[in-house]
Amino acid sequence: MSFQVRLGVVLLCHADLDVAARMARIWAEGGARVAIHVDAKVPESHLGPMKAALAGLDGVMYSRRHRCDWGRFNLVRATQDAAEALLHEYPDITHVYLASGACLPLRPIADLIAFLAADPQRDHIESVSAHEVGWAVGGLNEERFTLYFPFDWRRQRWLFDRFVAWQRRLGIRRRLPRGVAPHLGAQWWCLTAETLRLILNDPRRAEFDRYFRLSWIPDESYFQTLVRRHSVDVESRSLTLAQFDHQGRPYQLYDDHIRLLEESRCFVARKAWPRAARLMAHFPRPMTGHADMSPPQPARFQRMINRTVMRRVLGRPGLYMQSRYPRKDAENGKTSAPYAVFQGFSDVFPEFETWLTDRVSGDVHGHLFGPEGVEFAGRPEIGPGAISSNSMLRDHDAQGFLTALIRITTRMQIFQFSPRDNQVLNWFIATDPNAHLIVVTGAWMLPLLQSGMPFDDIRRVTALLQRAEIEQLDVLNSVWVKARVQVHDLSDFLSRPLALLDEAVRQIDPQAAPVTDLPRMRDLTGLDDLLRRLRNSGLRPRLTGDGLPLTNIDDGQRRSAE
Amino acid sequence: MTPLGRLPVPDRIRRRLERQYLIGRAVRRRRVLHAVADRTALIQPKDILAFVTQRNERIRLPYFLDYYRNLGVRHFLFVDNASDDGSSDFLREQADVSLWWTDSSYKRHRFGMDWINWLLLRYGRGHWCLTVDPDEFLIYPHCDTRPLDALTDWLDASGRPSFPAMLLDMYPKGGIEDQIYREGQDPFEIARWFDPANYSISKNQYLGNLWIQGGPRTRAFFSYDPLTGPALNKIPLVKWHWRYAYVSSTHMLLPRGLNHVYDESGGEMASGSLLHAKFLSTFAQKSAEELDRRQHYANSKEYRAYHSGMQRGTTLWCSESREYQDWRQLEDLGLISRGNWA
Repeated sequence: MSFQVRLGVVLLCHADLDVAARMARIWAEGGARVAIHVDAKVPESHLGPMKAALAGLDGVMYSRRHRCDWGRFNLVRATQDAAEALLHEYPDITHVYLASGACLPLRPIADLIAFLAADPQRDHIESVSAHEVGWAVGGLNEERFTLYFPFDWRRQRWLFDRFVAWQRRLGIRRRLPRGVAPHLGAQWWCLTAETLRLILNDPRRAEFDRYFRLSWIPDESYFQTLVRRHSVDVESRSLTLAQFDHQGRPYQLYDDHIRLLEESRCFVARKAWPRAARLMAHFPRPMTGHADMSPPQPARFQRMINRTVMRRVLGRPGLYMQSRYPRKDAENGKTSAPYAVFQGFSDVFPEFETWLTDRVSGDVHGHLFGPEGVEFAGRPEIGPGAISSNSMLRDHDAQGFLTALIRITTRMQIFQFSPRDNQVLNWFIATDPNAHLIVVTGAWMLPLLQSGMPFDDIRRVTALLQRAEIEQLDVLNSVWVKARVQVHDLSDFLSRPLALLDEAVRQIDPQAAPVTDLPRMRDLTGLDDLLRRLRNSGLRPRLTGDGLPLTNIDDGQRRSAE
Repeated sequence: MTPLGRLPVPDRIRRRLERQYLIGRAVRRRRVLHAVADRTALIQPKDILAFVTQRNERIRLPYFLDYYRNLGVRHFLFVDNASDDGSSDFLREQADVSLWWTDSSYKRHRFGMDWINWLLLRYGRGHWCLTVDPDEFLIYPHCDTRPLDALTDWLDASGRPSFPAMLLDMYPKGGIEDQIYREGQDPFEIARWFDPANYSISKNQYLGNLWIQGGPRTRAFFSYDPLTGPALNKIPLVKWHWRYAYVSSTHMLLPRGLNHVYDESGGEMASGSLLHAKFLSTFAQKSAEELDRRQHYANSKEYRAYHSGMQRGTTLWCSESREYQDWRQLEDLGLISRGNWA
């Protein structure tokens, strides 16, 4: 390792000059030459303390000040000037690192120097072809290069947007300078002095500058593009750890990131929150005797950031809360876990709920949407998650009720349903891929058999329930259904209850033991008589199936919308 | 609420008129506030301010002030509504408190919001302003490691002018009066239980805010008429502009864009929670007193319901209650979210 690296740093500073001064000191004391560029928008009076703080430090210089606006060419201009000044002042520099006043060196500068010395011809700059879609976050990709951008995105947003739309409509396409392939990449790089000189002294530089002046966010494309013309060895990865959120804003680093940052083994990270005192005091890590050349391993940190981005963009499925209230069909997961709805079973088998509880692993509730109240498993007054069993509270936000119940419990939720219950969630459940509905139509009629009600009342109730169930079946037969739905009519179900029950139980819980015994079935005597009387009174029972009376069973009735 | 009544005015214009009415009202009624200790000259440009209305909360104040001082609130602006328990004297001696006194009707000044709107208008402009009651304690993602200015800086950088914090009613295990609250004590040593998942949400189309109800109060006191239960949605932290106004308590603001603190396309935005230390040993006395004064919302219906509930010996704790641990627990339960504040 005979090669002697002389590191130069271009430090772009916008605000928080006291922090920037600390960073400059870290670089300078680590043996780097530092050219500081301070945004011309910063008042002269703020500059004094910075200069005072850095007085007497060798190898610190100030470059000509430009006004810097986000996404404009003046940022590139500032970098060019500072780099030129640096290379002119210290001609022995071999590498130039571009950093900002908020970039925090994590490892000793000597580590970085040793790392660079290992392969002194290599340029460390992220440079991704612009045709490679998906590098840029929250912005334009190729259009950055093919449209004109004379307006400032921050201050002249309206004009910016109008002008882009207008150019698109007219089909304007800028011609790129000959021989230039547009590349994008993170703004922060480390180039060899040789490459940088070639870029800065390119005979066609005026042409390139003219072109990039009207492209968008040239600080992410100017050096990234031109390095491809001049460099022989590009390592397309930035040495600075910088993560952006879904809108393209950099993440800030706080005290609680110390451990993750340390594990990342990155040389420089941005952007530190200016008042993260412990973070600033912790980094850079002191020298450990000999320089450590191990490369950065930012994967774990990036995973953490990506998780956060996912949470912001996609959220947690089935969660409805104060800061996540998705529109209908934009839920990205209507509920958080699979659940099952049994309709009609508790009418055929009065003890179905307890019977099922012993056979599947899950919480088997009664009629959660029953009119008298919420029938939680075991009938507590306050159910899981302190959800009240009051039916008025439940109906106030039925969707919130169901989604909260599914989210707060750890086991699968299974509940009974019938046309007597609140029907508002029919569409919600039918369009939820987590739902599993097993329906026996017309079963609601069985409890009427032994109700002892006058026939006129039975007829009225039958009409109401039949209409409710027909409306529900319209939903379940629509093309929008995402749930797993199985519909049997009553006569079909009664013809082979054991097989259908076994199938249903094993579908919601594959580990369940095969069903060999049926729960007690409701007494069916008088059903055909009741059906006949209903038909003769002018009400056509449509949901029990044609197979009744029970002696004459037709097998072709099973419908499945799975 | 406003003199517009049912006149056929387009919503946009109606909202604007309502906002102007609220601001005008606040300005007009500033005269009932008498400065007792005006230290507002000490406020520095970037300070985070807290705005509080209080009445007879002496025993709570020391912990309240310390809690928010630790978070990074730099100045407190208090309105004292004719306290007689010495809280006024206590507040006057605090170096970072400005105090106004009034004996006007809390109810007739829109439950104190006229006073607060005025102070916000006068002193809050350009500051991040936290409007809370003395029994509300702000919890936000990373609050154990990052001060409040980290949050407000981040909100500034993300271009968000307001931050939601849902009210989370905390209660003790056992009877509410069983454990006596001592001055200066952390109220959540006693009231450390809450309801994890029984909150209902509906959207108010006119103001764009979410209406959140539920929790132990609705479960225990309002089961006979659950829809009148108290609202839990709050937006206590706002970067104030003189054009803003709180409409009803800190539940919602005008202009309505400030209420849009939730994502509607599936994502999660950052949010916090106000832990509500109302149900302590001080509560029964307070509710009796407030009932006498009849100065609270909806004819003190809440207090009446509580009071009758308390006398039957109601405990709010149930087997499904969760014990409070930290903000991560609240986030896992889905009550708050870090959004993209990594």
